[in-house]
Amino acid sequence: MSTTDIGNFNSLAAGRQAAAEHEVPAPSAATDGPAWSNMKAPDARSQQSAAVVITNGRRALKVFLSNPNALFGTAFLCFVIIVALIAPILYPDDPLSMVGRPFLWPGQNSAFPLGTDSLGRDVLAGILHGSRISLFVGLMATALGLTFGVLVGSTAGYFGGWIDDVLVRLIEIFQTLPSFVLLVVLVAIAQPSATTVTLAIAIISWPTVARLTRAEFRAIREKDYVVAARSLGYGHARIIFREILPNALPPIIVTSSVMVATAILMESALSFMGLGDPNVVSWGSMIGTGRELVRTAWYLTALPGLAIVFTVLALNLIGDGLNDALNPRFSQDR
Amino acid sequence: MPALLRIGRTLRRTLLQAIPTILGIVILNFFLLQLAPGDAADVMAGEAGSATAESMAALRSRFGLDNPVLVQLGHYLNNLAHFSLGFSPRYGMPVADLIAQRLPGTLTLMATALVIAILLGVVLGSLMATFAGRIPDRLLSIFSLLFYSIPSFWIGLMLIVFFSVKLGWLPSGGAGTIGSRLTGLPAILDKARYMVLPATSLALFYVAIYARLTRASMLEVKNQDFVRTAYAKGLTPFGVTARHILRNALIPITTMAGMHIGGMLGGAVVVETVYSWPGLGRLAFEAVMGRDFTVLLGILLLSSLLVIIANAAVDIIHAWLDPRIGAR
Amino acid sequence: MAALLQVDNLTIRFPRAEPVRNLSFEINQGETLAIVGESGSGKSLTALALMQLLPRAAQIPNGRIAFGEQDLTKLNARGMRQLRGRDIAMIFQEPMTSLNPVMTIGRQIAEVLKVHEKLSSKAARERAIELLKLVRIPAPEKRVDDYPHQLSGGMRQRVMIAIAVACKPKLLIADEPTTALDVTIQAQVLDLLDTLRRELQMAVVLITHDLGVVAQWADKVVVMYAGRKVEQALPDDLFNDPLHPYTRGLLAASPRLKHDFHYRDGALTEIPGSIVSAVGETGCPFRPRCNQARASCGHHVPQLIVPAADRLVACPFTTSSKAVPHAAALSH
Repeated sequence: MSTTDIGNFNSLAAGRQAAAEHEVPAPSAATDGPAWSNMKAPDARSQQSAAVVITNGRRALKVFLSNPNALFGTAFLCFVIIVALIAPILYPDDPLSMVGRPFLWPGQNSAFPLGTDSLGRDVLAGILHGSRISLFVGLMATALGLTFGVLVGSTAGYFGGWIDDVLVRLIEIFQTLPSFVLLVVLVAIAQPSATTVTLAIAIISWPTVARLTRAEFRAIREKDYVVAARSLGYGHARIIFREILPNALPPIIVTSSVMVATAILMESALSFMGLGDPNVVSWGSMIGTGRELVRTAWYLTALPGLAIVFTVLALNLIGDGLNDALNPRFSQDR
Repeated sequence: MPALLRIGRTLRRTLLQAIPTILGIVILNFFLLQLAPGDAADVMAGEAGSATAESMAALRSRFGLDNPVLVQLGHYLNNLAHFSLGFSPRYGMPVADLIAQRLPGTLTLMATALVIAILLGVVLGSLMATFAGRIPDRLLSIFSLLFYSIPSFWIGLMLIVFFSVKLGWLPSGGAGTIGSRLTGLPAILDKARYMVLPATSLALFYVAIYARLTRASMLEVKNQDFVRTAYAKGLTPFGVTARHILRNALIPITTMAGMHIGGMLGGAVVVETVYSWPGLGRLAFEAVMGRDFTVLLGILLLSSLLVIIANAAVDIIHAWLDPRIGAR
Repeated sequence: MAALLQVDNLTIRFPRAEPVRNLSFEINQGETLAIVGESGSGKSLTALALMQLLPRAAQIPNGRIAFGEQDLTKLNARGMRQLRGRDIAMIFQEPMTSLNPVMTIGRQIAEVLKVHEKLSSKAARERAIELLKLVRIPAPEKRVDDYPHQLSGGMRQRVMIAIAVACKPKLLIADEPTTALDVTIQAQVLDLLDTLRRELQMAVVLITHDLGVVAQWADKVVVMYAGRKVEQALPDDLFNDPLHPYTRGLLAASPRLKHDFHYRDGALTEIPGSIVSAVGETGCPFRPRCNQARASCGHHVPQLIVPAADRLVACPFTTSSKAVPHAAALSH
């Protein structure tokens, strides 16, 4: 073919070119299914192909900052973090203590702008304090799940062979168990507390990260610069953490923001079912107690719910923004 | 029939792969049961009211609870092989029977929610893909992200406030009018009325997922060469979408639908709690409240099996949709 | 006789570029017109413009594409749909991806017949088998139920041809139909196209970068560079006496045209630089790469002149055809 080429004739992507070179009936494309790398559903990211372009960090930041949705998400999340930090200053008393007349509706009494519940507890104080447990559980569970998932995924993807087989089986088992049911079982057995809830959420969330990391590592392992590093005699740890991991990070970063959102949703659902830390006020537990009164005092369920919705939405907006910024292919939707 | 052959081959592969997973889950389940506070002897002693250390030891040896862990695991596996998941003192019946009683409720709820989610999701996603980058797409994108961020138990309660408390249109809980003697179509309609709110609450989150997936997947397919070929044949845009884009776009959507079955089961647990829906989730909630771990772990085991079955079903649909699968 | 297709001053505009400018050519019934150029020359966009299948961002601000009585640039979507696949058909460069992977080839062929000839499913299937036979696919009764992934690239391109000729179009546009195929298959596919052209009395617009293909199969050649026509000639004239410096460069870079050429006989020359250099060039687009460029070449885009019968060239400094019987390109 090169005989008559003039300059660069192949306007087509290199990948397609490679596909076109099979002249025999080639089911090759079929074996792994098409690479649906354009997926945009938040949790579809775990399915992404590993061929993520290593993007220039500054360019990614610029794209992220030019995305109004992502900026809104970031701003709101910062706001929630500040609220969580200053809640003990604004409301130094225990938000679970009775402070006023029960069943005050929002706006009825300026001392309790969001009203009081059936036991005369301040709803606003509850929501502000509730942000602490939501963020704590969300961030800690994600950090733990991320660490463990990356360790397992990189080990499996880097070493391959029987280690990979065993770890993939393990991931498979955890991905088959319905995660929320498992979560309920774990927390029920371990007795609910902030720590057990965090650990349990970490246990159900690591497989997603592990799977993603493994896919990335398998793809990057074969790249020239990794082969070069290996031929230079670098140790495994150095190759894993210095050569491969930095290049595998973009999809992991995107996943982590969605993981925080999911962890917050999980924590709130657990608390709603009475499986949260009984000593701490949480948005989910507020909804759980308000639930019995939903016919009359529906604001008791509505308000903490809105807090959850906006916080989770902010995280998902950030996730979308990161996704667009870190993987240029996604931003080309026509 | 090559399609049948393809499907059969896929099914066999899927089932073979599932065996080690099932084994792993069973063993994990056993150890979780070991970790659970209190054993059957404690429970029975509690039921009986009083127990001495001697009688407890006697009970333990009778049930084999003083055997080494591995022997107990053998017993557990043997029981499972006979479809026995243990006995629930609280309900006074075998766990397997208890679950079998509640399973249909959960399955109907999940199936309804799944159908709503996929239909609505595919329609919305197609709309978003058609108007990609323009106003309808942006609005729907924000809406889908919002649905994605709403906890199902909360939207469930809000729907109750709006549709049953304020408007009085739909019942706020239960699975059918108590004591009604309806038969035939009216009975189905009555059931459907009770189904609307729970199924919607459960579906919304997945509507968001499927809409976003469909959008991405259709945009991906739209830019493929064979779509241009279809236009070059003189097909209408609708014809191209219906005959060429959609079917190709459905392939990744079915995969994701399968991956979400487990998640949907978890969602059903919460939603059933909200609506007092007599299903597995409600049973799980009651088991948690009563610290009835035999029931709880029975549910975990069974729902894992459900996920495996669902995955097999998805693989079959997949093989039917995509002739390239199972071709090797 | 009126031309089957007449393109006048066609310009294709994108928000930031005009990849095709003031392009004119015509093609008569049963004739093969080759459009030659490197990627970026605008030849594939021209093909898509003929089908009115340009990307949404593209516009045609001026120019006319007359097909029979109709101006395709003015035709509404419905009218255009009736022409596509029936009167004007197209085959694409990538047989691997141009067929729907989840539809049997039989149904993909039948589809075009159902749309335009309103055939029943059964009749369309019969015709699909006939068409597979026509494009020389062995055991068509069996192959009709195959999916694209079960066929080789050459076979898939035959299926594409079967789809294209199913309604006996008057005009077939073949956009680099053999580029993605093995060299041995290329000739078979082009032979098939040529046979079908004669049998069905089609006109063929053959878009290619391969001068070997042009020499063997074209009746008339248009050479494009950076969106403009730089030379037009009959194949013999073009190969014996290329006029535009770009055409000469192309020929000098093509070994296949000298039958007994061996790489030890002399080096193949390549044209220095790339087509990208034409961006922003106010004068002759080829000036940055031209070995005969003069100062005046930068002033304005050269007009097409008529140096001899049936010829056009867009270079005012070209040496007379009589003066150099064998062009520089072949004397290396």
